[in-house]
Amino acid sequence: MENIVIIGNGIAGVTAARHIRKLSDKRIIIISAETDHFFSRTALMYVYMGHMKFEHIQPYEDWFWEKNRIELVRGYVTQVNTEEKKLILDNVSSLHYDKLIIATGSKPNKFGWPGQDLHGVQGLYSKQDLDLLEVNAPNKEVCERAVIVGGGLIGIELAEMLRSRDIPVTFLVRETSFWNGVLPEGESQMINEHILEHHIDLRLGTNLKEIVSDENGRVKSVIIADTNEEIPCNLVGLTAGVTPNVDFLKDSCIKLGRGVKVNRFLETNIKDIYAIGDCAEQHEAIGNRRPIEAVWYTGRMMGETLAQTICGNRIAYNPGHWFNSAKFLDIEYQTYGWVFSERRKETHEMHFHWRHPEEKICITIAFHQDSKQFLGINTFGIRMRHEVFDRWLKEERTVDFVLEHLADANFDPEFYKKYEPDIVSKYNIDFGTSIKPKKKSLKRIFQFN
Amino acid sequence: MNYKTHSQSMALTGQPPKNITRNQKFATLVGMFGLAVMLLAAFNVSFPNKTLWLTISLSALFTGILWFSWEAYSQKLPGIKNDGVWFKSISSQGLWGWIAGIALTGFYIILYFYPEYLGLASKGSNKGVIALFDPLSKALSGNPASQWFVYGTLYTVAILAFGVKFLWKYRHNRYERLRTLSVMFFQTAFAFIIPELMARLNGDKLLNGGSLPYYDLKNVWPLNYYNFEGYRIKGFLSSGDIGFALLIFGILSIFVITPILTYKYGKRWYCSWVCGCGGLAETAGDSFRQLSDKSVKAWRIERWVVHSVVVFVTLMTTAVIYSYLGTDTSKYWLTKSTFLIGVASLLTLVFGWVMLFKREQLQKDAQYGAIGYFVIIMALIGFHFFSGEGYVFLFKSETLRKSYSFLIGSIFSGVIGTGFYPIFGNRVWCRFGCPMAAMLGFQQRLFSRFRITTNGGQCISCGSCSTYCEMGIDVRAYAQKGENIVRSSCVGCGICSAVCPRGVLKLENGPQKGRIDSNQVLLGNDVDLMDLVNQK
Repeated sequence: MENIVIIGNGIAGVTAARHIRKLSDKRIIIISAETDHFFSRTALMYVYMGHMKFEHIQPYEDWFWEKNRIELVRGYVTQVNTEEKKLILDNVSSLHYDKLIIATGSKPNKFGWPGQDLHGVQGLYSKQDLDLLEVNAPNKEVCERAVIVGGGLIGIELAEMLRSRDIPVTFLVRETSFWNGVLPEGESQMINEHILEHHIDLRLGTNLKEIVSDENGRVKSVIIADTNEEIPCNLVGLTAGVTPNVDFLKDSCIKLGRGVKVNRFLETNIKDIYAIGDCAEQHEAIGNRRPIEAVWYTGRMMGETLAQTICGNRIAYNPGHWFNSAKFLDIEYQTYGWVFSERRKETHEMHFHWRHPEEKICITIAFHQDSKQFLGINTFGIRMRHEVFDRWLKEERTVDFVLEHLADANFDPEFYKKYEPDIVSKYNIDFGTSIKPKKKSLKRIFQFN
Repeated sequence: MNYKTHSQSMALTGQPPKNITRNQKFATLVGMFGLAVMLLAAFNVSFPNKTLWLTISLSALFTGILWFSWEAYSQKLPGIKNDGVWFKSISSQGLWGWIAGIALTGFYIILYFYPEYLGLASKGSNKGVIALFDPLSKALSGNPASQWFVYGTLYTVAILAFGVKFLWKYRHNRYERLRTLSVMFFQTAFAFIIPELMARLNGDKLLNGGSLPYYDLKNVWPLNYYNFEGYRIKGFLSSGDIGFALLIFGILSIFVITPILTYKYGKRWYCSWVCGCGGLAETAGDSFRQLSDKSVKAWRIERWVVHSVVVFVTLMTTAVIYSYLGTDTSKYWLTKSTFLIGVASLLTLVFGWVMLFKREQLQKDAQYGAIGYFVIIMALIGFHFFSGEGYVFLFKSETLRKSYSFLIGSIFSGVIGTGFYPIFGNRVWCRFGCPMAAMLGFQQRLFSRFRITTNGGQCISCGSCSTYCEMGIDVRAYAQKGENIVRSSCVGCGICSAVCPRGVLKLENGPQKGRIDSNQVLLGNDVDLMDLVNQK
């Protein structure tokens, strides 16, 4: 019986394992150094905030693995011997594989800041990071102030976590506006305002110069570049992005770039070795996607795809239309298709932006200047229906069509206030059109006659 | 394995990371004072001016709860307010949770079985805490209070005060707000005020001098399992056209109104918009929703227990009605035998329909259970019908009625169902015990337009939905497969959708086709791969 070994029990590895089990009887072994069982990494924040216990963020009950004959091994792979198809665990035991799937995820970036390895300086990625945070910042008495370095998704989550325990937070963001490498200006601006509403000391356009140690090797303060301002603090959160967790492969024959180099079939340069999830790096980016996609959904999709290949139906990783979501404090964010920030967008990409006059609700729709083809939408504070936007993207609808039928895509809970008329009338003013919004139609939404 | 993020402490005020404010401590004090007045009354401290002291006591309760909630939410931005839920002793099965559970349980035991300790007098005027409520009862119905009036008043106060708390907590969510206003209205008007006012009509010529049984109009059989007992039927029939209309309404509720509304909106129209048990669970019980057991094992137990209660209540009601029917067709068309034949035909019809058309939607154990129960009931009816001997279900109808009323009506719905809120979660009764919920759930699962739609591939498996599902449904298990949630137990409270950080879940009514689906590969992946794998 073929022996499939998966390194990493995150969403990518576990999805691959589940699908291989559905399709075959192969022996499946998952190795993890992090935890005994799979958990939802994106939900770690809720454990610190007291919304859930750790057991709640484990999607499968503990009996699931044995019932599905997925063997779990706790250990750290120190070496991959591709000649003998053998793994060395914790420098001692060894494990044979017929096919190897590398799904080891990411680790937080460190950019060589002075003091970045002091006690009290940490990232937020793993279960161990969460445990460490409980030590470094259990409450506002132990942690009188925290400084977060890096204005991305993890940074704002860490800020929300610390604020849930009333810990004062200073948030250093290199960019001139929050996440404006990804978000268009209006949206980024709204999030800036929301961060301040939550009493977070947001410092835009601010770089870290160094982290200062006390006499015990613990962080005492940070110093800001340019102004040399010193901010006393007990915790420094490094949240300036992540990088593939592949250092253990450096001495192997597997080809690495920033991550494990893979082709469209998620195959590495070595036969029978594959890489999926955050740690995989495509030779060439797929469409507008980045060569390394550190996103929950892409990890899952790579797992779904690779399981087919492993089980004899060799198939390329060919993701559909881009989508993603996040939550910035109280504001939910969803995106379907591509909406680029001013920094990244090409000249043909036009934006239509609408923002609610009082509430923290806004949308941005991107479309092609000439053909008016709908390219994508960002929504904040309004939920949208994935299926409908996926269909419209596939059918290459125009922006006018999308606005006319916007009510069909609304996914807010029942009785919520509807904003389609406001949105469409703003669009009509901006672009001199006279679109009349159609009423929501179950027939169109569910595609029945 | 589980990393303990905090130490449990005895302090009511909690300790970091979750403190309650100074004002919240004062608010607790005010509320406790209101309770203390009642407690003193229960120990026969005679308050000079009962109207005044009852007003003071109830106002203190209201003020305490509202003040505490205002402090908790007014300073915060609209959004999900679950910070520290698992750090607080009261909401995480800690010491205070157990103390509250035991206190509530004790209260229910006294209420159901020892009302004399509350001051109920069989002769003469009430004493104790019941006497304290006499003025209010007299103002409403003209009669002195009973333990049920005291309970009803406190129940209504709880739904109203904690209802306001819930309205503030979910002030960003209109579905939650409307639903809560609805249960607050139905409790106050239908469960509390209207029946008391109806009691004033008794003996009136409007009712031909008859007297109506106490009737909370929104309580449908089998939740009010006693609705067709002999004394009530007499009451209805003695009360002229109005009484007859109410009796017909009671029957239509079961066979016409309920199925239609459940078909259109799912059972939520009742369980989380109208029902009093649901009303208390959603308001006073909201802090305990995360305590329900989500394991597959608990689900299996739930299915067996709640459906057995349905069988029990059907048998009991059949036996009771049978017991007071006559045998002479010339006197009244409905006789013992026509009734038994009717019940048998109806059960056969339902059973046959399910087995013929809906069998593939039932789990294996549900099929075995249905067949087993059906065969046993029919055998008992047939045996009795043809032999004409003994009691219809082996026991005397009165024995069945009393056991049901004791085991299900008192112990399950009150002592366990509400008393154990802080231990097992706020919907233990609704999930494991309520035959009404089970029957509505049956309709919801097999013929309804209601579902919780999963939004394509957006789920990140975080588990918030499952954790905060009061019915113990593992919502995430469906959402992470891209599958809609169509579960008979779902009461449609909408909290899973509210707490979802990614906008994945939506309660909605739509076409039945494609309502229940399962995707092997989720939306967002390769279109060809999805087609290949999802072919069914």
